[in-house]
Amino acid sequence: MSSSLADEKAATRQVPDRLRNPLQRFLASWELLLLGVAVAVFVLNSFASPYFLDPWNLSDATFNFTEKALIAFAMALLIISGEIDLSVASIIALASTAMGFAVQLGAETPLLIMIGLGVGLLCGAFNGALVTGLGLPSIVVTIGTMSLFRGISYIVLGDQAYTGYPSDFAFFGQGYVWWVISFEFLLFAVMAILFAILLHKTNFGRAVYVVGNNPVGALISGIRVPRVKFALFLLTGLMSGVAAICLTSRLGATRPSIAFGWELEVVTMVVLGGVNILGGSGTIPGVVIAAFVMGMVTFGFGLLNVPGIVMSIFIGLLLIGVIALPRLAGRLLAARRG
Amino acid sequence: MTKSLLKSREIVLAAAILVLLLAIASRFPAFVAPSNLANVFNDTAPLIMLALGQMAVIVTRCIDLSVAANLALTGMVVAMLNTLFPGLPIPVILFVATSLGALMGLANGLLVWKLDIPPIVVTLGTMTVYRGIIFLISDGAWINAHEMSDTFKAFPRETILGLPVLSWFAILTVLGFVLLIGRTSLGRAFFAVGGNPHAAVYTGINVGRTQCAAFVLSGALAGLTGYLWVARYAVAYVDIAGGFELEVVAACVIGGISIAGGIGSVGGALLGALFLGIVKNALPVVNISPFWQLAISGSAIIIAVAFNATSNRSKGRVILKKAEHAQ
Repeated sequence: MSSSLADEKAATRQVPDRLRNPLQRFLASWELLLLGVAVAVFVLNSFASPYFLDPWNLSDATFNFTEKALIAFAMALLIISGEIDLSVASIIALASTAMGFAVQLGAETPLLIMIGLGVGLLCGAFNGALVTGLGLPSIVVTIGTMSLFRGISYIVLGDQAYTGYPSDFAFFGQGYVWWVISFEFLLFAVMAILFAILLHKTNFGRAVYVVGNNPVGALISGIRVPRVKFALFLLTGLMSGVAAICLTSRLGATRPSIAFGWELEVVTMVVLGGVNILGGSGTIPGVVIAAFVMGMVTFGFGLLNVPGIVMSIFIGLLLIGVIALPRLAGRLLAARRG
Repeated sequence: MTKSLLKSREIVLAAAILVLLLAIASRFPAFVAPSNLANVFNDTAPLIMLALGQMAVIVTRCIDLSVAANLALTGMVVAMLNTLFPGLPIPVILFVATSLGALMGLANGLLVWKLDIPPIVVTLGTMTVYRGIIFLISDGAWINAHEMSDTFKAFPRETILGLPVLSWFAILTVLGFVLLIGRTSLGRAFFAVGGNPHAAVYTGINVGRTQCAAFVLSGALAGLTGYLWVARYAVAYVDIAGGFELEVVAACVIGGISIAGGIGSVGGALLGALFLGIVKNALPVVNISPFWQLAISGSAIIIAVAFNATSNRSKGRVILKKAEHAQ
């Protein structure tokens, strides 16, 4: 990502202080701050509306963020590696359209799943090939594919909609595994753990950080930078396919405008979770907490009858605020130290 | 050498537009009649004005995704002003629209300049905030033609020397940009900042302030276009010009403006906007569903950016170059 002088500031970023013990690091961390916000939102919500603390209501609230969070996990890795994918919502539209098309031809649920995942992978491969193969900036490429993928949905569907999904397909977006635990929430939890392991405990995850912090250094130290980035685009496409399956199953219908504007919310979730938009740092636990915060805020607003577009103002301000506040605070601290 | 490359790119694009026009004309000669071409130009005028503002922003290594929301908010504000004070003269409305737009651009610019927040994040955020504010001030209601005064609606359609005022605004903006980019120190600063920010600092250019100036310029043009848009279509509501920011960025990318900054020209932005405008207007004529528009502009962005990259790519010393960029 190319952006102003912030690039240089990021390049001269201080190396984290390794001498402090893990507890100290945790106490001073973004994740703890975010956890505090999450608790505060939870408490405020339960005071603001008597309906908030109902287990089924809380279970419903998770649908506000599970699908977006599935993409946000992969997007976090992609942003840490220094790239971005703005086409995720359009991948959902295209994958959903492909599944709807297959339904008209009489496809059954297993085939639909494969189509959803396959289209996601193909779209991710297309983005990845353009970025790593031709060396194009990912912002522009994915702004282009954002129009292209959704544009194909519009060509196929126009002002029509696909419906008539098989009844067992509804499980992925509407089914419950145990009591109030929905299939989507279980998937969210499993994916959170898998992505946390992938990013924090594997060589690949380490390579993602190195690539984001210093692509040239990564290349020289033997990391196949284009391959890592390509894999991350594939992963983001795949997770968008997964989200498309869940969302289509939950709505039971496909329109070309499905998941419109989700890319913004996914990026906001990732940035709110403490991932540096310029790449190089961030954690999966942070993104998980951010998902809960955003989900509960929108759900709480919903209970208070706040219209959706007002929530989007809030999300926009949140996106700018979470980046601006630490910078302002850092500047104030620096000024005080003289 | 870069200059000749740029020149040739504009020639390539101009040739592509000519081929496109010829192809349409071979089956639908009425499309290339001067009066229809004037209509197409008039229809593309808002895109041209916004693409020029966006060009200044992109050249300084930033991006402004809030232009369409800015346009819509300004349009709503002047439409509401008009319903409240129908007697307000047009120059006042033009002034209000331009300064309100500039103010929103300033908000973007200050966040980028003073807080070092990446422009894409800032403008993604302000995009939703500006759109949301339209809902807050209008309560989601539409302002329809019968609520606007006749002079308010008629202004962009009045013809001077055979062309509507809207077209003249686009022409004046192009001329203004030719002067600004070619003849002023601010224009030079845009390119210096985008081409090499380090060197720009050493030559005494304030990088952040120059980027902020580009945002203000882009915002002012979006605001001005906001009034013209609302008056021309005689309606204002929350979602007008939804997704238009992508078309604007597409026009710039097609026009050969490098998203990495420092490369671009007024002619390129103009031709990029015209290319998209002609495609958009030709689709119904050649009987293709307007639903193709989105996919076509998406493909155009990808092809254009791939074309830009391959013609910009210098052979050899690739690692050094990358190292220089990464620093």
